[in-house]
Amino acid sequence: MALNSAMYRRRRFGNVVVMAFAWVAAASGLMILALILGTLLFRGFSGLSLAVFTEMTPPPGSAGGLLNAIYGSVMMTLLGTAIGTPIGMLAGTYMAEYGRGSWLASIVRFINDVLLSAPSIVIGLFVYEIMVVHMGHFSAWAGGVALSLLVLPVVVRTTEDMLLLVPNGLREAASALGSPRWLTIVQVAYRAARAGMITGVLLAIARITGETAPLLFTALNNQFMSSNMNAPMANLPVVIFQFALSPYADWQKLAWTGALIITLAVLALNVGARSLSQSRTND
Amino acid sequence: MRIATRTAAITVLLLLGGVIVALIQGSIPAFREFGWGFLTAEKWNPATEKFGALAPIYGTLVTSFIAMLIGIPVSLGIAIFITELCPRSLKRPISTAIELLAGIPSIIYGIWGLFVLAPFLQAYVQPFLISLFAPVPVLSSLFSGPPYGIGIFTAGIILSIMVLPYITSVTRDVFETVPPVLKESAYGLGCTTWEVVRQVVLPYTQTGVIGGVMLGLGRALGETMAVTFVIGNAHKIAASLLAPGTTISAAIANEFTEADGDLYTSSLIALGLLLFVITFIVLAGARLLLLRLQKRAGT
Repeated sequence: MALNSAMYRRRRFGNVVVMAFAWVAAASGLMILALILGTLLFRGFSGLSLAVFTEMTPPPGSAGGLLNAIYGSVMMTLLGTAIGTPIGMLAGTYMAEYGRGSWLASIVRFINDVLLSAPSIVIGLFVYEIMVVHMGHFSAWAGGVALSLLVLPVVVRTTEDMLLLVPNGLREAASALGSPRWLTIVQVAYRAARAGMITGVLLAIARITGETAPLLFTALNNQFMSSNMNAPMANLPVVIFQFALSPYADWQKLAWTGALIITLAVLALNVGARSLSQSRTND
Repeated sequence: MRIATRTAAITVLLLLGGVIVALIQGSIPAFREFGWGFLTAEKWNPATEKFGALAPIYGTLVTSFIAMLIGIPVSLGIAIFITELCPRSLKRPISTAIELLAGIPSIIYGIWGLFVLAPFLQAYVQPFLISLFAPVPVLSSLFSGPPYGIGIFTAGIILSIMVLPYITSVTRDVFETVPPVLKESAYGLGCTTWEVVRQVVLPYTQTGVIGGVMLGLGRALGETMAVTFVIGNAHKIAASLLAPGTTISAAIANEFTEADGDLYTSSLIALGLLLFVITFIVLAGARLLLLRLQKRAGT
């Protein structure tokens, strides 16, 4: 007896259509990544020269570089990391160690998830309200604080997750040897969770390196080299934003070069974090 | 140490409280002036100080909807490819490549969208869509008018690319958790790959997939820079998807530093509050949905 061949063919046809779609989807995903990176290299690489790293952002029509913007980005990223990381690690430690299972820990976890998914521009508005308005001017301090608020939830999340993975037997063994709680956490739990916690910090830095929205109205921008943290400071993302939307060809070219630099930095951080967490799982 | 960590945890708590209080405080003047009309008025005129949030809200919702419409099937397709079709040796490189898309900063998507994607869409895709849907009643007005290149449609496309890696990586991870025995028994009954995915894998991973989609949706709603580059920044609700529009985040990014006058600034902060509320509702909704699904699966 023949199979119900019409139905069989229909099922097979449906399968072929969906599988073909899956192939196309995967191919187009890869193609888009290649296209973006290709465009960046093609349009940004030619502008890459020593001058980019030694000269300041030019007025339209003259040559220049991105020195002040790179300097500002590095300073504010450092500041953001320096503020966000310790607070985040301590809070994560509380949630995983002292306050495990407590009501405070579960509330902080929920709030932290909300912060993690809060649009970064809203964080910018918040810092504008609490710092820029009261100080009366834009400043690099405000920019750094805005970035630290983006670092914080990432670090809290990874610290807690990684500490929860540390087997309780290790803690009990340390306690049995007479070690007080804080020494157990510092010497045993932190050591066991180190790779994961560093990965979290690297990912957080990668997140803020390319972040533009919260800097727009906190650090603003600056045409000149400035190391005064109490004044507006240039930074790469905002310079790219401004230059790319300008009508001047040489500004647009610098924007592409800046975009290339930022992307390479962020991807390097991502790959670094990834290989760190992978070498950990392979142990 | 106990006290130090507890203080840090409470700091996190206070920060979010601070964000909400600061946003509400900042938006009081706007709400006092316009009342609920702020939510329903389309007019946005800095000269006469008349502000309404309808156009940005519409833009945010529609661009995110387009992003999900394209992003969800494509992400699922990629996840199916990685878990079911792809040769084992290619699994890791392809997953890594897709995840690298998540690492690219949003401003890069913006500059790429403006200089590469928008001209491409304008020259090829949009004229095609206009002529394709011209005879269809409703769609013809959705895809009408001159192909600007920049606009709601282009912003939706860029967002769909940006949410891809989020949905894909979550979906792939949960697809991997399906016990092989389940899939093998379905294959043993003669199911095709698609039938296995639809009848076995998807029901098994339902909650995880929804979680991934919500993660993507949250990103699409709040995305700022990429959208600002390609949306055209027009405070209008046009019938056509190809026309320029604006979103909440794009309006804030574009106008905040230039806003003079308390009412203007306050209206923009009120927009920020709305965005925060919308993303919060989405997140909380996803939580509730997942809890209910888990409960049902548990009993």
